[in-house]
Amino acid sequence: MPVDVRLPTVLRSQTGGQSTVSVDASTIGEVLQRLVTEYPGMSGQLLNDDGSLHRFVNVYVNDDDVRYLSLLDTPVKDGDEISILPAVAGG
Amino acid sequence: MAPYDSILDLIGNTPIVEISQLSPNPAARILVKLEGRNPGGSVKDRVALSLVEQAEKDGVLQPGEPGQVLIEPTSGNTGIGLAMVCRVRGYHLKVVLPTNVSVERRQLLELWGAEIIESPGSEGSNGAVRRARQLADEHPEWVFLYQYANPANPKAHYEGTGPEIWRDCPDVTHLVAGLGTSGTLLGAGRFLKEQNPRIQVWAVEPPSGEVVDGLRNLDDGYIPPIFEELGGRELLDRKTVVRPRESIEWTRRLTEVGLFVGISSGAAVAGAVKCANQLAAGEDAVIVVVSPDDGWKYLSTGAWTDDLDDVAERAKSIIYF
Repeated sequence: MPVDVRLPTVLRSQTGGQSTVSVDASTIGEVLQRLVTEYPGMSGQLLNDDGSLHRFVNVYVNDDDVRYLSLLDTPVKDGDEISILPAVAGG
Repeated sequence: MAPYDSILDLIGNTPIVEISQLSPNPAARILVKLEGRNPGGSVKDRVALSLVEQAEKDGVLQPGEPGQVLIEPTSGNTGIGLAMVCRVRGYHLKVVLPTNVSVERRQLLELWGAEIIESPGSEGSNGAVRRARQLADEHPEWVFLYQYANPANPKAHYEGTGPEIWRDCPDVTHLVAGLGTSGTLLGAGRFLKEQNPRIQVWAVEPPSGEVVDGLRNLDDGYIPPIFEELGGRELLDRKTVVRPRESIEWTRRLTEVGLFVGISSGAAVAGAVKCANQLAAGEDAVIVVVSPDDGWKYLSTGAWTDDLDDVAERAKSIIYF
């Protein structure tokens, strides 16, 4: 089913400047695989060679970090909003 | 009350106030720990004092010896706390500060004598960290306390914030706090879980990475070394993003119960409300939220006075965490 994915500025060069793209997926792992297939320039940025999530990438379903849900197995459904954000410092 | 010897003796022991009137769930009490009551105006006074005292204990800093220089990257509050501590202790502080922080943050640094070295706002705190590390390498004679990698940061919360919450609110079930350096969550969260392993620790963060457009790629990302080295990943139960508009809405709503706190406090309370909304049926909760600072430093942003849409838009380009 289609879900919207919000992209950070640093990834928008891959999508011709689009800040949100729509992909068909039922888990976060599928969302990321679809993105990498459609925008090959994102491949090394989002996922490691072994398919795990890159350490500096945070992925959120409705603003909850998937690392504290079920990581790549976290389910997504129609209407969910997915966001990808780079890890940045605060403080 | 006996007079204090130094303003630094007033750091810590901040009050907790109940704001359950604003809770969306009658089964969830919400209480706020007001860190703006620290003398330098934020939770970071605890960290600043802990970093300096540890360096003095380790002999890295020598109290009373002239000409000692410290350098630190900060988006504001740690720098402000350090500026106050350094002024009292007689050290010269250089702060690497992104350009996009509120004018009050700059003024507070300057009034306590800190020297500001600007880093590009487009690079956010990551840029400030990078620049400070570079300067520290070029000037080995400067003392680089590096709050992001210094265990004295979470130690301040393990020995202060956490025990105070446990003392004042022993029925706490959830701790909700902002994730910046991760010091508050690591220190207070670990202490509370040691007292009661069922306590849940929730981190709230702003969507900073969305607007930090100075990153060349995601490899420019940054995770505080203390978060990884001290098991932050395993300690946290949830991590949630609160966006600028919601942060400001809650910052405003808090005035209904008389609280005048900073925008990151609004974000933390929004996180607590989300937590209250997600309780299972029949579950009771006592949610303690750490409010990092008061509202004074954000008056110039128009957070309470201007049109909400305008303020939310502006907040996307300033660092308020």
